Amino acid sequence: MPQIAAIGSKETVLAFGALGLTVVPVYTAEEASRAVFDLASQGYAVLFITEEWAQRIEETISRYKTQALPAIIPIPAASGATGAGMKQVRANVEKAIGADILFKEEG
Amino acid sequence: MALMNVNPTRMELTRLKKRLRTATRGHKLLKDKRDEMMRQFVLLIRENARLREEVEKALSAALGEFSMTSAVMEPAMLEEAVLYPARTVDLTIGSANIMSVDVPRISVDEETLSETRLSYGFAQTSAQLDGAIQRLSDILPDMIKLAEIEKTCNLLADEIEKTRRRVNALEYVMIPDLQETIRYITMKLDENERGALTRLMKVKSMIAERNGQNAG
Repeated sequence: MPQIAAIGSKETVLAFGALGLTVVPVYTAEEASRAVFDLASQGYAVLFITEEWAQRIEETISRYKTQALPAIIPIPAASGATGAGMKQVRANVEKAIGADILFKEEG
Repeated sequence: MALMNVNPTRMELTRLKKRLRTATRGHKLLKDKRDEMMRQFVLLIRENARLREEVEKALSAALGEFSMTSAVMEPAMLEEAVLYPARTVDLTIGSANIMSVDVPRISVDEETLSETRLSYGFAQTSAQLDGAIQRLSDILPDMIKLAEIEKTCNLLADEIEKTRRRVNALEYVMIPDLQETIRYITMKLDENERGALTRLMKVKSMIAERNGQNAG
């Protein structure tokens, strides 16, 4: 039973097909959020979504934030990391601790 | 601080004192919970940041290689090659409990990972594809680990925020309010008692005076 899926632009997520992940290529934001919704209700545990799409359907993703599963994880596309994924980590730190203690040395 | 809207009675006083005791105890417990969650969170978030950096770097490299492959190969051919997987990834989903926060534990079956079966023949694909897929499958365990840790951090951060709000509400609103109201009731009761006492003394002296007049 497949439990991981990759969502994003076709060129990026296609590669994950060879690893046995479920691949969902999307072209519009509606498609992306529907894909997230469908996969989540099908019981997928991990959804990898490319950063650009993650940013476009932030609202849908935030709905699953407080649930244990699925884990929706932004991944960089072929063009490199945009920093959106890291920003989320940072946001977590700020939310929990109140100040950014982790990345202080970097500015 | 706002005074609570209560009757200054002895019963109310006992009730409030009980509530204050509960609130103080709850405050202490929640504060301990928050501190421990904070400690766990700091450990995890460091790991999270490190892992994410690693995965991001490796993944963009691997995906870059893959897009190079798609440049030299027929799109239809490439799709055909990768879309019918010869292997699957089996996950084991458990759950753990960090300070009463349910977090997922995701692990991959080692067996499915060590499989290196490819979903295509070598004849019609470029050699680059093999490399890209190999790199991706090397990253996959780290990605799943990242998924687990990042989700855990997410849930913990949420819970820490909630707990902190509760702690602050208790510390800066609830407990001072209760203390002040208790003080108010004590004062009021004392004042009533003093009032009653003086009234008694006054009445007593009035009676004594009257008795003295009657006798005289």
